[in-house]
Amino acid sequence: MSFEPKNAAVKWVEDRLPITGMLHHALYEYPTPKNLSYWWTFGSLAGVMLVVQIVTGIVLAMHYTPHVDMAFTSVEHIMRDVNFGWLLRYMHANGASMFFIVVYLHIFRGLYYGSYKAPRELLWWLGLVIFLLMMATAFMGYVLPWGQMSFWGATVITNLFSAIPVVGDSIVSWLWGGFSVGNPTLNRFFSLHYLLPFVIVGVVILHIWSLHTSGSNNPTGLDIKDKQDSIPFHPYYTVKDLFGLAIFLIFFSVFLFYAPNYMGHPDNYIPANPLVTPAHIVPEWYFLPFYAILRAVPDKLGGVLLMFGAIAVLFALPWLDKSRIRSARFRPIYKQLFWVFVADCVLLTYIGGKPPEGDFILWGRIATIYYFVHILILLPLVGLFEKPKPLPASISEDVLAKKPAAEETANA
Amino acid sequence: MTTTTPVGEDGVKRRDFLYVAAGGLGAVGTAAAIWPFISQMNPSADVLALSTTEVDLDGIEVGSEITAVWQGKPVFVRHRTEEDIERAEDVVLADLRDPQPDADRVIKPEWLIMVGICTHLGCVPLKGQGDFGGWFCPCHGSHYDTSGRIRKGPAPSNLVIPPYEFLNDTNIKIG
Amino acid sequence: MLKHITSLSMAALVSLTFLGNAQAASDAIELKSGHWKHGGIFGTYDRAAAQRGLQVYREVCAGCHGLALVAFRTLTDLGFSGEEVKAIAAQSDFLDGPDASGDMFERPGKPSDRFPSPFANEQSARASNGGAYPPDLSLITKARASGDDYVYSLLTGYGEAPEDIQMAEGMNYNAYFPGHQIAMPAPLSADAVEYSDGTPATVDQMAHDVTVFLTWAAEPKMEQRKNIGLKVILFLLVLAGIFYAVKRKVWSDLH
Repeated sequence: MSFEPKNAAVKWVEDRLPITGMLHHALYEYPTPKNLSYWWTFGSLAGVMLVVQIVTGIVLAMHYTPHVDMAFTSVEHIMRDVNFGWLLRYMHANGASMFFIVVYLHIFRGLYYGSYKAPRELLWWLGLVIFLLMMATAFMGYVLPWGQMSFWGATVITNLFSAIPVVGDSIVSWLWGGFSVGNPTLNRFFSLHYLLPFVIVGVVILHIWSLHTSGSNNPTGLDIKDKQDSIPFHPYYTVKDLFGLAIFLIFFSVFLFYAPNYMGHPDNYIPANPLVTPAHIVPEWYFLPFYAILRAVPDKLGGVLLMFGAIAVLFALPWLDKSRIRSARFRPIYKQLFWVFVADCVLLTYIGGKPPEGDFILWGRIATIYYFVHILILLPLVGLFEKPKPLPASISEDVLAKKPAAEETANA
Repeated sequence: MTTTTPVGEDGVKRRDFLYVAAGGLGAVGTAAAIWPFISQMNPSADVLALSTTEVDLDGIEVGSEITAVWQGKPVFVRHRTEEDIERAEDVVLADLRDPQPDADRVIKPEWLIMVGICTHLGCVPLKGQGDFGGWFCPCHGSHYDTSGRIRKGPAPSNLVIPPYEFLNDTNIKIG
Repeated sequence: MLKHITSLSMAALVSLTFLGNAQAASDAIELKSGHWKHGGIFGTYDRAAAQRGLQVYREVCAGCHGLALVAFRTLTDLGFSGEEVKAIAAQSDFLDGPDASGDMFERPGKPSDRFPSPFANEQSARASNGGAYPPDLSLITKARASGDDYVYSLLTGYGEAPEDIQMAEGMNYNAYFPGHQIAMPAPLSADAVEYSDGTPATVDQMAHDVTVFLTWAAEPKMEQRKNIGLKVILFLLVLAGIFYAVKRKVWSDLH
């Protein structure tokens, strides 16, 4: 399957730097299971969103001023005076949410089809690293407009580190560069917010490299056995992903053009005031499940540990899941538990957006406990005791078996 | 698939049309999406709004000069002496690199208003220096006369006269 | 295929509706709706109302509330001519300078200036208003949930306090203000301004007009946004259709 360039100039470069061949392999001939559903589109959509965020971010940085006296007004300068500035800023702000939407769907797809299982453990880990970097980047980016939520979000999140025994307070003032969140904090957050996306790009390259080494998982969870099972990435998945992209962009555009502030918080249109805390501090929606876990624990250090633990346990998933087969399609019990887990995460998101009072506290705790019970107890046990449905012999056999049914749907 | 795939020539045509339409629309969409990213680097509305400057000429003595700021650039406002004006008018145009009579460079002969940026590579010339009684650019040695015309050195053309008008005897609006 | 799209969009919709609810304040007071012309997909600002609203802002609100992010030049968006904008700007004085001798001086406003703030800083604003801070209004309709309805409701929500509410010293009862005790006294009273177009200046009318003006002030690019958005979405629908046809065509080889 080696790549033979026809163009002399391309060949000259290829002999010295085989980059065209590498791209050709990755985007063209990469043998992909022929049965990937649209749930597999979210990986490339996440890649698109990363590019959108970087490109819009770079142009916004041309107009933004990272100084406590000017940050807020410079954002409004972008919104009011810069040509298409409102479009670029709304793209970036809503783009962050869109990025998280596609990444969350991508992660849940991996959970459903067992994409984290051997030999894709490292692929899964790299994905989690990307997720962590995204959270750090998004958090610091949200501070930059220097509104009330920016300021108080920064204060609350950096204060998490004060839970660390002995050195906590020193670490927090090191993060701040002062005795409270202030200009040094804003400046370094801007610097890091600009840097981290490029680190993400690097890890994404490793993620794709690792993917192409072990090959894509698919709805059956079976490995590719022979040529019948796979098709080249181009044109089959390029066109499928392009169609998925067009649909996704419509979804993005609805928010971008008709509800650009729907996923934001009104308080962030109030300039930061270090003397007045907003009545109800909530992080952006994509942090809400973790925020709910943080608040479920009545102990400061415990809450912080549990919140970080919620992500840490995901790293252990490949070894916690004892099932011999991957896809939930053939795992009747796990399939149900998966949806309960999804519902639990949705519940955590809901609780995270509510004030910590009354029944919300109790429900937050139940949802938090279930989150860990699912991963640490149910997942290993189900893998051991569940009796899977019979597996098809191969990917192509499965495709052929499903075809009559698919045709009926098409006719209906 | 139960839809009958068109065969033969028709099939080829339909497919080609689809591919061209998809590629064409994709290209149009991409180009349209790129435009805001280009346009954002053009001067913003608040910058454009500051494109005029008013200067009060009252108090600028004969023979002296002030530097006003217009669109972020220095503008020399010189109250010329009789001698300056005579020198500027007595030049043989054919000798000039960028021939222009002094009368074309002023509205009122005693007021010379020009952008103080050397036409060579954008430095700010110094007043009262050089061989022609006007300005001298220290960067690469361009000499300008009392009408701001290039006389010697690497600059290709005369100092630029900005658009301006007299609002009254002592006030001008540049831009 | 259709099944996939449906399930995807369902999932997305469910999650988003849900998120919206998750962030909505739990103890929200039901607001009055202003039945805005600027709502909806095709909504545009009511120019006449916004012009009257500017008058209300200048004659009633501007004594305490700034509008520091809005430049006079942008008033042309509301249908004012360049000359009218110049005249409006010139009615405020601005500190400029330093002049040639190093002194600051006052000059009449220019279209490139932004609306002046009545107080030099927050401290002086608080000192002049019994400790309360009249916020800048540039973004007020975006800085409150359902901002246009909120401002309109607040301005028309003054009244006698119900008996079960113990009012603090110097506070005024307002049905729509969180906690119902607001430092700002009712700013509007009938005929507080005289509209040149003959519209009767009722409290409700003035509240409506000034809200339209402030909504524009907070989101001046809304019309451009909706206009471009409609074209983008129509384009994407066609693009998605064509991509879907191409996808079917390419994949038909396989079967």
